[in-house]
Parts: sequence; C-alpha cells; structure tokens
Amino acid sequence: MGEPGPEAPPSTLKAPLLFISVLLIASCGLIYELVAGTLSSYLLGDSVTQFSTVIGVYLSAMGLGSYLSKFLQRGLARRFVDLELAVALVGGFSAPILFQAFAHTHAFRVVLYGVVMAVGTLVGLEIPILMRILKDQVRFKDLIAGVLTLDYVGALFASLLFPLLFMPKLGLVRTSLLFGLLNAAVGLWSTYLLVSQLGPTRLIRLRCLAIMALLAVGLVFAGRFTLVLEEEVFADEIVYAKDSAYQRIVLTRGRGSFQLFLNGNLQFSSADEYRYHEALVHPAFALRPEARRVLICGGGDGLAVREVLKHPSVQEIVLVDLDPAMTDMARQQPMVRQLNGASLDDPRVKVVNADAMVWLQETTGPPFDIALVDFPDPNTYALGKLYTSRFYRLLQRRLADDAMVAVQSTSPLMARESFWCIAATMEAAGLKVHPYHLAVPSFGVWGFALASKRDFGIPTHVLPGLRHLSDEATAAMFAFPRDMDRVPTEVNRLDNQVLVHLYAREWRRWS
Amino acid sequence: MKRRDFLAAGALSAVSLACRRKPEFPFPGEIIGPDLPLGHWLRGGTFPEPEHFEPVSALVIGGGAAGLSAAWRLAGGGLDDFRVLELEREPGGTSRSDRNHVSAFPWAAHYLPVPDRGNHAVLRLLDECGVLHGFDAKGDPVFAEEATVRAPEERIFAFGQWWEGLYLRAGASPEDERQYHAFFREVDQWAAFRDAKGRPAFSIPRSRCSDAPEAVALDGLSFAAWLDARGFSSPRLRWLLDYACRDDYGSRLDTTSAWAGLFYFAARKQGPGEDSRPLLTWPEGNGFLINHLRRACGDRLRCGVMATAIHEAKDGLMVTAWDAVNQVRVGWKAQRVIFAGPQHVAKHVVEGLAAARPAAARIRNAPWMVANLTLRARPKEPTFPLAWDNVLRDSEALGYVAATHQSLQDYGPTVWTWYRPFAGPDCDLERTRLRSLDWPTCARMVMDDLRVAHPDLEGLVARLDVMRWGHAMVRPAPGLLWDPAFRALADPFGRIHFAHTELSGLALFEEAQDHGLRAAEEVLAASGRRGQSWR
Repeated sequence: MGEPGPEAPPSTLKAPLLFISVLLIASCGLIYELVAGTLSSYLLGDSVTQFSTVIGVYLSAMGLGSYLSKFLQRGLARRFVDLELAVALVGGFSAPILFQAFAHTHAFRVVLYGVVMAVGTLVGLEIPILMRILKDQVRFKDLIAGVLTLDYVGALFASLLFPLLFMPKLGLVRTSLLFGLLNAAVGLWSTYLLVSQLGPTRLIRLRCLAIMALLAVGLVFAGRFTLVLEEEVFADEIVYAKDSAYQRIVLTRGRGSFQLFLNGNLQFSSADEYRYHEALVHPAFALRPEARRVLICGGGDGLAVREVLKHPSVQEIVLVDLDPAMTDMARQQPMVRQLNGASLDDPRVKVVNADAMVWLQETTGPPFDIALVDFPDPNTYALGKLYTSRFYRLLQRRLADDAMVAVQSTSPLMARESFWCIAATMEAAGLKVHPYHLAVPSFGVWGFALASKRDFGIPTHVLPGLRHLSDEATAAMFAFPRDMDRVPTEVNRLDNQVLVHLYAREWRRWS
Repeated sequence: MKRRDFLAAGALSAVSLACRRKPEFPFPGEIIGPDLPLGHWLRGGTFPEPEHFEPVSALVIGGGAAGLSAAWRLAGGGLDDFRVLELEREPGGTSRSDRNHVSAFPWAAHYLPVPDRGNHAVLRLLDECGVLHGFDAKGDPVFAEEATVRAPEERIFAFGQWWEGLYLRAGASPEDERQYHAFFREVDQWAAFRDAKGRPAFSIPRSRCSDAPEAVALDGLSFAAWLDARGFSSPRLRWLLDYACRDDYGSRLDTTSAWAGLFYFAARKQGPGEDSRPLLTWPEGNGFLINHLRRACGDRLRCGVMATAIHEAKDGLMVTAWDAVNQVRVGWKAQRVIFAGPQHVAKHVVEGLAAARPAAARIRNAPWMVANLTLRARPKEPTFPLAWDNVLRDSEALGYVAATHQSLQDYGPTVWTWYRPFAGPDCDLERTRLRSLDWPTCARMVMDDLRVAHPDLEGLVARLDVMRWGHAMVRPAPGLLWDPAFRALADPFGRIHFAHTELSGLALFEEAQDHGLRAAEEVLAASGRRGQSWR
C-alpha cells in the first residue's frame, strides 16, 4: 500500500465516497431514533407521547452534538472514526439495553432518555465533523447541498425500510444491532478513505474490527438466547418479558393487538379477550345479580376484575393470584393497565399473592357470593391440583349456599375429555354443573363450567351493553354440538391427577 | 522413603488443618437424638429404690406406636388408671415427627397403605382422625383425598435425569418387562391365596395371615434364593425388590425372608390383578397418627422417664424408673405392665426374661440414618418434576420425601427427609459405624448422595439435621418370622405383657398397633373388662 505523507491532502476523488458515508450515517441515526420511539411506545404505551418525547430529546441532543463539535479541533479524521465506533456501540446495543432495563430495573425512563440523549449527541457530532473534513476538497455551496441532500435521502430510506423491511423481518433488537454494525463499517471504511489524515491505522482498524465482532456476536446471540428467539416462537414482537419466581411472563405486540403468554402459553389477546372475560364473568352474575363478595382465583391480569366491576352490587373482590410479578405488571404495564381499566387499583379489590389452593386450605373468612376460577390450563401437576375434587371441595367451604362458580375449563373441542373431566370432577365434589362454551378466535372454541351447590337453571338475561354477550348469545353457549358433547371420564383427584395426563395427550394431537 | 513419607504426611495434615479452618458446608445443623446416653445407661447402671410407688392399674413402658396404641385401647376399654413412660423427650418412637417454620416433617415412618375393610383397628383410628370418610357401595373404605398421596407419587433418578415411577421403564429390555410382569403374576397368585379357614397368605397386620404350610414354607429361604429358583434375574426387577427390602426392612434380598419379601407386595394388593393400595400420608408422616394417640393419652404420658427395673411383688409389679426431666427416681406399683419397648431393652428391665426366652437374642435391628434438609428454595427441575418420594437408583440411600408435597406447596421453601438404612449383613457392625459418624460426616454423606441429582442443592440448604437410629427396624431374616419360639415372645411373662412391632418381625405401624391392642386387651381381660375386640 502506498504511504502518502501526513501533510498530503486527500485526493478529491474520495469526496463522493465520503458523501456515501453521509447517506449511511444519516440512515443509521434515524433508525436509532425510530427504534427508541417504537420500543418506548411498545413498552410504555401511548405512542404519540412516546414518539414525540423521543424525537424531541433526540433532535435536541443532535443540536447539542452539533454545538459541541466546535470544541473538537485537531485530528478530525481520527475523531470521526472514533465517533462512528461510539455510535455503533451505543446505537447498536440500544434496543437490547432498553429491553433489559425494562425487564430488570425500575428506572426504564431514565435509561431510555439517557440512551436517546447519548445517541443523539453522537449523531449530532457526525455531520459537522464530516463537513469540516470535506471543506477543503469541495466548494462550500456544493458541500452544503450534497451533505444535506444525502442526509435527508438517508432519512427517507431509513423511515421507509424500518417499518416495511427491518421491523417485520428482524425485530427491534436485531435491527438496532445491524445498524450498529453498519456504523462500525462506516468507521472502518473511513480509515481507508481518510488514510492520509490518520497516521498509523493498524490499531484503529483493529478497534473497528473488534467492535464489529462484538455487534456480530450480539446479533448471533440475540437469536440464540434472548428475546428474538422468543419473537420467532411468539411470531410477534416481544414488548415485555420477565422471569418471575414462578413463571416466564411475556407480552407480545403485533397485528393490531397484544398478547400475554405465561411459560409460552397464550393467556389472552387484546383483540378478543373481551369475549373470554365476558363469558367467564357475566353468566354467574346473571344468576346472582346482587352478588356483593366475589372471589377470583388466578386472573392476575385484572381483566376478569374489569368485568366484575361493571356490576354495581359488588362491594368486595378478593383476587388470589400466585405471582406478584403478574399482578404488578397488570397494575403498572401501560398496555395491560389500559386494557384492564386499572381495575386492580379499584378500592374494592384486594389482591392476595398466594397459591389459591393453599390459601383456600389455610384461611377462613366470610362467604363469597360468586367465585371465578381462571387458572392456566392444567399442563403441570402444580396446575393440575387446582382442578381436583379437593380444590372444588375447599372452594365450596368459602361459598355462600346460593353462590355461583364459573371455572375456565380448556377447549371442549380440542381437549374434549379434559373439558368434561373438569365438569365431572366438579360434580364429584358435590357441585351442580352446567358447562358452556363460546368462540374466542385466538384460542379457538373455549369452555367454562358454571356451578352451584344447589340446582339452578341456565342464565337467560345478562348485563346489557356488553360487547359480545346478549341474552340470546348467553343461552346459546349452553348447547353442545355433537363433536363437543359429554364423554365419560374419570374424576381428577389429588392422588391420580388424571387431568394432567389427559390434557397432555389431547393437546399433543394439535401441536 | 521414610523421609518422603514423613513429608507427605506433614503436607497432608497441613492441608487437612487448612481445610478444617473453614466449615465444609455453608449451613448449620446438628445430630438430634435418639438420646443414646440415657438408653445405654440402662445396661450398666444400678438404681436405688424410690421412696414412693404410685399405685396404678396398668403401666405402659414405651411411648411409640405400640405403647400409645395400647394406651388408646386401655382408655377405650374403660381402664383410665394407667401411665405411659417414654424414655425420649418426645413420644412416637420411629413414628416421631417435628415441625419448623417451613413445614412439619417426619423423623422416620411416613406413610400407611390404605387399610382394607377387615383392618378394623386402623380404620377405627383413621375414623377418629377424620381421615375415613365412609364406605363405598362395595363396602370398601373411602379416605380423605388430602390424606392420600398426591400425584406424582414417585420418581427415580437414573441416566442423569428423573423418570416417573419407581420401576425404571426407560431402556428396559423385553426380557426385563417379561420378568417384571411374571413376578407380579406370582404376587397376584399369593394375593388370591386363601387357606381352609379363608385366611389370606399375606395381610396387614400379619396376625391375620394364614399359617398354611405352603405359605409358611416361604419363610425358610431368602428372597434372593426364591427369585433365583424362579429365574428372576432381571437387574431392574432385582433392583426394585432389593429397594423394597431396604425400604421396609433395612435388609437386602439375601438377608430378607422370601415370606417377608412377598408380604411387602402381596399384602398391599387390593385384590388379584388390581393395583397396590394407595398410600395415606401427611406432611409430618406417621407423626400425624402419633399426635392423635398422644392427645388421647393426655397427661398420662410421661416423657423423659426411663423404666429401669420391674420386680414381682405380692400384690403387683414394682416398677422403678429414672425421671430425667426432674432428675428424680420414681416408682409405680402396677397391677399389670405392658412393655412396649424392644426386647434388647426388656432383657435389662424385666428380671429373668433373658434366661427364660433365649429366642429374643435372634432379633436383629437395622440401624438407619435420617436427615431433614430445610431448603430455602427448590433446585431447578428440568426433567420429571418433584414427587412425594424421590429415589436415586445408584445410591445406598433410599432418596428423600418432600414434606410440602402433601400440604400442596409447590413453590418456595421445603423440607426433604432423606433416608439411609445401614443394610450390611452385620447389624452390630453397622450400628458401630453409624455411631461413629459426626455431623460433618453425616452432612457430607447426604450432600454427596443428593448432589448427583441436584448439583445446585448446596446453596439452597438452610439447615441439615440428622437422626441416627441405632435400632430403627427389625429385620425379617429367613426363618425368624414363623419360628414358634420367636412368636412366643409376644406371650405374657407373668403379669407383664409385650407390645412392639418387633414381635411381628416387620417394622410397620399396623404391626405396632396390633400388638399394642392385643396387649391392652389382655390387660383389660385380666381386669375383668371383656368386650368386643378392636382388632
């Protein structure tokens, strides 16, 4: 390689190539802004506010960067390469940093605006410094015109490709890492373009390569073991993920709705959960419209509570959910909180974080008028126990004589024996049971069991003004077509846990 | 050479000194009784006569399952004027239990197979405890769901992972499977056996078993010999049967009588071809039953009191004892005594017994080590989840029982009870070995055993306590159980009656209870209180 002297000016031929750098860094800069804006609106909800504040902070930080550029005096080429590497690191890792901050710290906003500030400042430094590097090669009017044109064109590319290509194909984490890699590549490339102004380049290039390697490793491992892998599993963008002491809680967002998964099993989709929760709650209330004390077992998402609160007679709701991480999320996560109408903060609601069965066994209190049992499906022994005759006996000890019970009892179509096993178990525990079902598109055909200690007729009038249930639709839920009709099953007892085996066998057919 | 040896020895001791500075395990614990010094004092001690002998109709010596059952029966028969003396600070013997901030837990015996409809005594007790809910249409008893072992009942660790059940099906050859089924067909045949009087060959308690020669003949050979004669060579099957012998008898296939080996399986069958009876259990194990019997006994139970001698007097039995709680000598004048302790203690206390009954010397008791591990959190379980009984295949120990399983607690702290019988052929040798173990050695044994299945266990242990049972369970050695001289040990010796599970040659709660009831009914009959037997 030829070694031009340090004083020799760069060949004017390289100016167009440096203009390409402008295009690339402009795209990268906008991508980081879009990543931060999208991510914060996913995680915090209220996308108008999130985008506005992220853009505002980002642009003002760019202004700060531009101002600070005047304090950089010597060795501009060297500074430029360093700058590219800094942007590559902070911008490239911005999405993984923000997801981790959201999952593991309480100071997400501080981290968010800190990262946006840092990236904005660094990006704000880029263009002024590049222009000063080019100022001796290109006439001022051409320089201004060229740089700004390419800056805006780069922004156009980024703003079009981000929603159309990068988000759907790569997701937030890999998009930010990929553009970090691009920034670092611009740095490396610049060491060739600006070689005459750099002095010894070996160490600088090594640094570029090291940072590119780091980002590449991030890309590979993002797919291997963090959120992106789950995104492939969940098919949608993950906006919240937390490993609690009991389970993995994941929120995803896509196709105009968001979803909650526990240990990878869908619990609700915001698109159609109203069908599920109306069906869980209102048939029981139709038969006990004056219910005052309501027990909810499970249901930590607060959505059943939202429906219960539509009944003015209700004076107290006790919600027993195992996982404080779940009920905390239902209170604090903006999307979930918006969906449940901040129901868990209603003064009538008392949240107890305990295993519902242990709680029923070890506590006493005044009887409940309605009990809503909304556990995840019985795919482990620890969940299967919550569907045993012992559980329903313990539950009955806490019920008024005329109380109504509604139990989510998996799909009567896809897990027909499991569904009827739950009904048979409730009967074996001494309850009168009327099973019912409806279509919840994100689940399929879904089933419940309405029960009471006494004989009762199926409900005919439900609360007016619901989104799905009408009087006619309510009555229709209690009719079972032939492919879902009752089949004889064993009773699920603590000492046999037949339901766990039945359930695993039946659902295996569909996966 | 000598110099090098010396240096090596010096280096070794320096290393061991350095190691000793820091405790090996980051958790505390201790060795908890049984109160060996008090018991062994009996052998050599001489005791002056107490000044006062409190008159009682009956005195029960021993507050284990047999003694408390005898007391329960005496009270039930209207004889209220009795006392129960227990050497230890807590009653229960090998059904003892304890409780900490996490859970109640057993110190030894921890379950009961569901009794059949003919086992009136156990049904009566379970009814009193609120566990018997009634009888089904066929007349079979129905038990409380919460007292029946919750699924999953058992799992086994082998090939680096946990598997459901106790018999390892993974990797079993067709021949293994054939032998497994063939063995249980033999068990079924014995379960179906009825003698001329309609008695089964195997039933719990064993007093209901047939003495037909073809059944009794099984007692003449070892279980190993019986299996050999039938070509049962499958390593998996023999592992399972050996495990059963270690678990129930503290002995091995070759030191267990074939009668006892088959008893384990056939006596638990609901009927030929049917499943084994479910098991009843509680977080505190059989301590649940002991606590009920103890309440029934009330303040007639005296703990920390060791009977030291029984003498015949003209109008009763003069019993002298040492009250270790109050540090005084005490005495009772009893019309009848029920000696509900083991024979190796009886011979020191009952004058002339050893000479009159040499058969007692044939009884051998297996020593056991039991550890209770309090865990602040549970280890990761990537394979089959935690069961009630968790067995490691490649271990001298029997595995552990999770005390929180039955109380439905599936998350957070728990207590595990780890069992290890000292099943070598010579019980005395094994006992000496057990007694020599200090706490760090015991803790190392437990942790080394469990680490294989739970590499992350050590950091989760909050406490590890150890009980060294010198005489945990009688061994049903070939030829013992149906020896007339052995069976005659249960007969009264003058006005002294005997009750202990040892007298059955099978260490089971039901056997202890049966002997307790028999002895109490002998005493009731002698005092003119004849009535319907509870047995």
